[in-house]
Amino acid sequence: MIAAAPELSAPAGFAARPIIEAKGVSRILPGIVPVTLVHDINIEIGANEFVAITGPSGSGKSSLLYLLGLLDLPTTGEVSIDGRATTEMREEERARVRLAKLGFVFQFHFLLPEFSILENVTLPMRALGALSARQMTQRGEGLLAALGLAEHRHKRPDQLSGGQRQRVAVARALANEPPVILADEPTGSLDSRASEQVFELLQNLALNQGKTVVAVTHDLSIAARMWRRVELVDGRIVSDIRTDFDRGAGKNVENRP
Amino acid sequence: MNLIVDIAWTHIRSRARQTGFAVAGVATGVGFSIMMASLMQGSQDDFTNRLVNAMPAITVSDDRRAAPPQPAEAHYAAAEIRGLTPEARRRGIKNPLAIMASLESWLPGYIAPSVKVQGIIRYANQDVATSIIGIDPRRETLVSDLPKQMRGATLTALYRATNAIIIGDRLAEKIGARIGANLTVQTSLGTRINAQVVGYFHSGVRQIDETSAYVQTRTGQVLARQTGLINELHLRLRDPMAARETAARIEKDTGYKSVSWQEAHEDLISTFVIRNLIMYTVVGAILLVASFGTYNIISTITHEKARDIAIMKSLGLSERKVRSVFVLEALIVGLGGAVLGFLLGYLLCLALGSIRISNPFVDADRLPLAYDAQHYALAGLVALVSSGLAGYAPARKAARVHPVEIIRGAT
Ligand SMILES: Nc1ncnc2c1ncn2[C@@H]1O[C@H](COP(=O)(O)OP(=O)(O)OP(=O)(O)O)[C@@H](O)[C@H]1O
Ligand SMILES: [Mg+2]
Repeated sequence: MIAAAPELSAPAGFAARPIIEAKGVSRILPGIVPVTLVHDINIEIGANEFVAITGPSGSGKSSLLYLLGLLDLPTTGEVSIDGRATTEMREEERARVRLAKLGFVFQFHFLLPEFSILENVTLPMRALGALSARQMTQRGEGLLAALGLAEHRHKRPDQLSGGQRQRVAVARALANEPPVILADEPTGSLDSRASEQVFELLQNLALNQGKTVVAVTHDLSIAARMWRRVELVDGRIVSDIRTDFDRGAGKNVENRP
Repeated sequence: MNLIVDIAWTHIRSRARQTGFAVAGVATGVGFSIMMASLMQGSQDDFTNRLVNAMPAITVSDDRRAAPPQPAEAHYAAAEIRGLTPEARRRGIKNPLAIMASLESWLPGYIAPSVKVQGIIRYANQDVATSIIGIDPRRETLVSDLPKQMRGATLTALYRATNAIIIGDRLAEKIGARIGANLTVQTSLGTRINAQVVGYFHSGVRQIDETSAYVQTRTGQVLARQTGLINELHLRLRDPMAARETAARIEKDTGYKSVSWQEAHEDLISTFVIRNLIMYTVVGAILLVASFGTYNIISTITHEKARDIAIMKSLGLSERKVRSVFVLEALIVGLGGAVLGFLLGYLLCLALGSIRISNPFVDADRLPLAYDAQHYALAGLVALVSSGLAGYAPARKAARVHPVEIIRGAT
């Protein structure tokens, strides 16, 4: 892919307040030889975007995603979620922001092995504690049904295929109805059919549910179908291209909020 | 169910066997602690009971706690006189009947007068220093267990002969005197009488049985060379544990030295304190060792579940919540151990209580055991707290794990 000049690709025209904003974010691992994971990242991600983070292996894609998702703290710079600066927050408060605003999907499904599929999905709801037990079960079953997993809800994660587990992970990420889903190579461990299913699932979230989805991928054919591509090299953003025009790829565009 | 409880319980179940061992460790600690406390308390209570029964709850005597002040000291505030012999004083409690009457008006218990004389019992060329106590048998019955402790005769046997004497069974054994034997009793004042053994008593406390003898008040007064002498009042209280306070009041009211059984056995009671200290140290050590098991299982679980911890943290569970999961697991181990330990402790006590033993100091044939809910509560509490503390360290460490490190490692 051609790395466009930054000034040409700088996103413009999105007046809405960014839902995730990184300002001058660097992350340096301390040590005898300090390692810079990402350097001077400036990015704004607005509501209902579908963003691919691409780049060569070791370029800092995962590191950036962890920083945007408050799993890691920047060495310098600031990450704001929904307009609130997060680096000075107490651990407990940051955890709460994650719980309510962000959903994670990793390459590995990361389901809790001893709990049933449904229990895994309702876990974030229980941690947030905003719903009654019945409401949680209802919403969890709804999510699983929407992802075609209804009949598996009482199984354990190890009784499911890789693609099914990854879809459960997506359902869990959606548990508290966060506005943002962050995914790190969500299709990385899946075969092409399962990959396609999970991708369509994420696409559908952006397309029909108004979610912001940020996904790390090194599959360029997948990245090409997303609405914005941020490319990293050596921990720096080298290009940031919007291709909003192919949003929906002929699907129901009116459905967007 | 609460999420934290749910996760904690799931972890515990996933490690059932190892958790079982940890629980068994705590249970053993709690069980043996309870058994030991029960044994210690039991023997202490038993001994105390014997003491309380063997001797009056309070002894009022004409002794003084210090030499009387010199007359000059009473007159001149600044004077302090040393080296002079204290003023001689007529022995005995003045007006014993009046004092007894006034005490009886408020005292929750009974009073009996007595004459105590130190003497030597001589029989078949053997001399034994003996406390000879002159009693009024009818009144004595009200204040001591002497009638129950009589062997070979009843207390009224004292009326049978002019100089009848009842001696401790061990004393009798030592000098070889049987009922009917004629002893010589001699005091330091030079009085010397012949007395006839009319019975033995057995208090169960060796020292008393070896060195005491009872005679009638009148005989005692003859030995003391003072007619009408009463130098001790023996009191029995309905509540022996109140003896200390009551004794203080009597001493204040009458001016005579009043010694409670506790004061008389201060040394024994302080031995109990040391015994209890030793017991608590040992029990504490047992429970501490038991808590190592808890530490072990919680450490194991936190290592095993490192990935789950990272997941929970990445989802948005706070450090505090993750920590409480593992502390709760430790508490579950502690609680399980405590409950099982209660059962074990109770069974151990039952088993111990059924063993027959012989004790050289007191003649019990069973181990005295005290069943006290406090022992259970205390052992359970210590088990819970130490388990909680043992779990806290690994829990804190686990909760601090950076999820990114584990997520990176796993993908
Ligand atoms: N704990 C660490 N210690 C040292 N170097 C690290 C550590 N974590 C990451 N790195 C390095 O930081 C750089 C960025 O890593 P990161 O995982 O973000 O890259 P990535 O773009 O996600 O790579 P990939 O496509 O292989 O997943 C890499 O060069 C990596 O080797
Ligand atoms: Mg990566």
